[in-house]
Amino acid sequence: MDFDLTDEQRLLRDSVERLVADRYGFEQRRKYAAEPGGWSREMWAQYAELGLLGLPFAEDHGGFGGGAAETMIVMEAFGRALILEPYVATVLLGGGLVQAAGSAAQQAEILPRIAGGETVLAFAHTERQARYDLADVATAARQDGGAWRITGEKGVVLHGDTADTLVVSARVSGGRRDAAGIGLFLVPAEASGVTRRGYPAQDLLHGAEISLHDAPATPLGTPGEGFAAIARVVDRTIAALCAEAVGAMAELHAMTVDYLKTRKQFGRPIGDFQVLQHRSVDMFTALEQARSMAMYATVMADSDDADERARAVSAAKVQIGRSARFVGQEAIQLHGGIGMTMEYKAGHLFKRLTMIDKAYGDADHHLARLAAAGGLFSEAA
Amino acid sequence: MDLNFTEEELAFRDECRRFFTTEIPAALREKVAQGDHLSKDEYVTTQRILNARGWAVPHWPVAWGGQDWTPVQTYLYQDEMQQANVPAPLAFNVSMVGPVIAQFGSEAQKKRFLPRCANLDDWWCQGFSEPGSGSDLASLRTTAKRVGDKYIVNGQKTWTTLAQHADWIFNLVRTDPTAKKQEGISFLLIDMKTPGIKVRPIQTIDGGHEVNEVFFDDVEVPAENLVGEENKGWDYAKFLLGNERTGIARVGVSKARIRRLKQLAAREVAGDVPLIEDRRFREKLAEVEIELKALEMTQLRVVADERRAVKGKPNPASSILKIKGSEIQQRITELTMDLAGPYAWPYTRDEDEGSNEPPVGPDFAAEAAPMYFNYRKVSIYGGSNEIQRNIIAKAILGF
Ligand SMILES: Cc1cc2nc3c(=O)[nH]c(=O)nc-3n(C[C@H](O)[C@H](O)[C@H](O)COP(=O)(O)OP(=O)(O)OC[C@H]3O[C@@H](n4cnc5c(N)ncnc54)[C@H](O)[C@@H]3O)c2cc1C
Repeated sequence: MDFDLTDEQRLLRDSVERLVADRYGFEQRRKYAAEPGGWSREMWAQYAELGLLGLPFAEDHGGFGGGAAETMIVMEAFGRALILEPYVATVLLGGGLVQAAGSAAQQAEILPRIAGGETVLAFAHTERQARYDLADVATAARQDGGAWRITGEKGVVLHGDTADTLVVSARVSGGRRDAAGIGLFLVPAEASGVTRRGYPAQDLLHGAEISLHDAPATPLGTPGEGFAAIARVVDRTIAALCAEAVGAMAELHAMTVDYLKTRKQFGRPIGDFQVLQHRSVDMFTALEQARSMAMYATVMADSDDADERARAVSAAKVQIGRSARFVGQEAIQLHGGIGMTMEYKAGHLFKRLTMIDKAYGDADHHLARLAAAGGLFSEAA
Repeated sequence: MDLNFTEEELAFRDECRRFFTTEIPAALREKVAQGDHLSKDEYVTTQRILNARGWAVPHWPVAWGGQDWTPVQTYLYQDEMQQANVPAPLAFNVSMVGPVIAQFGSEAQKKRFLPRCANLDDWWCQGFSEPGSGSDLASLRTTAKRVGDKYIVNGQKTWTTLAQHADWIFNLVRTDPTAKKQEGISFLLIDMKTPGIKVRPIQTIDGGHEVNEVFFDDVEVPAENLVGEENKGWDYAKFLLGNERTGIARVGVSKARIRRLKQLAAREVAGDVPLIEDRRFREKLAEVEIELKALEMTQLRVVADERRAVKGKPNPASSILKIKGSEIQQRITELTMDLAGPYAWPYTRDEDEGSNEPPVGPDFAAEAAPMYFNYRKVSIYGGSNEIQRNIIAKAILGF
């Protein structure tokens, strides 16, 4: 049992933390948010230079050969700084799917370009009726001569507005909610038959609603056998989001404690009121429980046992959802009016935390998934 | 003990219901139901319809347009109004400055201000909080110096709700810097058009603009705009804050929101099943309904006690109503956001009306998260829930 980071991991953490400390202050972030698509091309290049965009890919593909632990380290730092760039969409989702489902040739072509910061991907998967059910896919893929074409509606596509390449899930066979028969396809975002409606989101990330009408598509892996890859990549992404949430919660807690020490009312710091001390302690406890579960999800995210992996990830997502809601609400309350303002970072952390709960299944969804799978501890000793 | 209303009370309730649902434009009430922002004109329109009927300020003295209603009638009026999604008469006018002027103002002030206040001819805003004085309001530092027949006001107010619409502001100002902090404060009425006043918007986390900073730089205010006596402003402020007993629970608003939430949940599906049939969602909803019923009963008990209460004296019961009422309102916004699911994420709130782009996702989703964010305010303003707990602690524990 060892919770310590290796020397290499510590180096990674220090360099990411230094980068965001230097380049991702709250005011700088405001400028990045105003750029096209709501993120900074310059920072993207910085991530490429540091090797972050190739972090999970093999060295042959210009990567770093990192696992879930390395991703956790980066995401926690990103969470503290409220990073806006399409890291999750491109590296974890898009790159992850190419890694999990793509042919050797596709991997060799795409992954180095991701690592080099030359391409932005988005995963067009969720459909309106599906809510959080990963297997609910109505979008259809059909073969027209030798070519594949896709028709359907995809929604809340993270960074779907600025991606140049879409990884699209589409049904090749089976019923609308069957896990079997779902395929993964690459679709150039500017292809004919693709219509995108982009928008900023509550947390200042960007998204898009995407309509596909006979859009030309290239299969990623074997058509119709994409679900296992989707489930695996989404589970890993959830583990990464848990780490991001831990970073955001840690920052929010630190800001709150700081505020309790400096804000004076009734002639003394409000942190003198024991009732507020206890509130910050409860926040801290929620944060630490979340951190523990984010680590657990991280360790399990690389597991090949899909069932065990899914249960661990669901458990973590529930804990994160609850802790994030509690820490977020308490932070705003303890800040009073100032916490309610757009000019102050706390509110933005609160909003990002709220939205992490809505990504790939909220706490209720994962609680149901975990309960249906029999929970975490089996009745047998 | 009898939990039933009398025949007369029931008839009165029906009369309220009929009036609110037929005389207040349905389009306006629909906007309130959806949590949309109302324009200044929309508030004014509503309040004038109510005022024409004599129903904008029923709790004021009869001489100034009030109704001689029983506490039960006032309760029914409020509850029906809230359930019908009627935009409430502007609280700053009808619940705050109006009653203070009616109680402590001069005859000239009453004549000059009260009719316009009731009709929303003047829009009032509340200049109490300052950057350094929130919960500790009595530490406020905005000063008013008497020079001849004027006060010269300097300082800053903040979190001033809808100051961008306001014609007048009622300010707490320090008139005696040497006195004990509660004893040097006065209650001053200031025309927002006076030179030296600057209003700066503050954007809230939901993206809206409802609060402002208000700066006073050598603002000259006629001495006749002082309410009551100099240095007695703290008493009037306490009267103002203790005046609202039952409205703060907003039980009727929460009833209307739960009703709407159920309608939405019947439409919104997960897979092929409407969410209203999802067991977990239903149980969460039922839990809020239980809380709300308990609050409604508590409120009715307070109403029944009202006959014995001393007007204007803070009552720990109103603190209970504030705490539970705000928690329930927040919980409902949370459930509405959860209902929107992944579609709570896009920010597509339509600030400029008239856009004909179809909504992204379900039509209620655009407001769901902003409303959840915005409603964090209800446990902060009007005396935070921590301050309310302090009040109750003092009253019941004697600390
Ligand atoms: C949306 C909005 C609209 C508003 N509109 C108006 C308006 O129109 N006019 C106006 O004058 N004001 C308005 N306010 C201001 C509001 O009344 C104050 O925000 C409130 O009084 C809290 O003050 P504060 O924000 O300075 O927080 P602080 O007083 O600094 O409080 C910070 C935290 O400390 C806690 N705390 C403080 N003292 C104690 C204590 N003794 N014991 C335990 N906990 C304590 C608080 O509960 C809070 O959690 C508005 C505020 C908001 C958010």
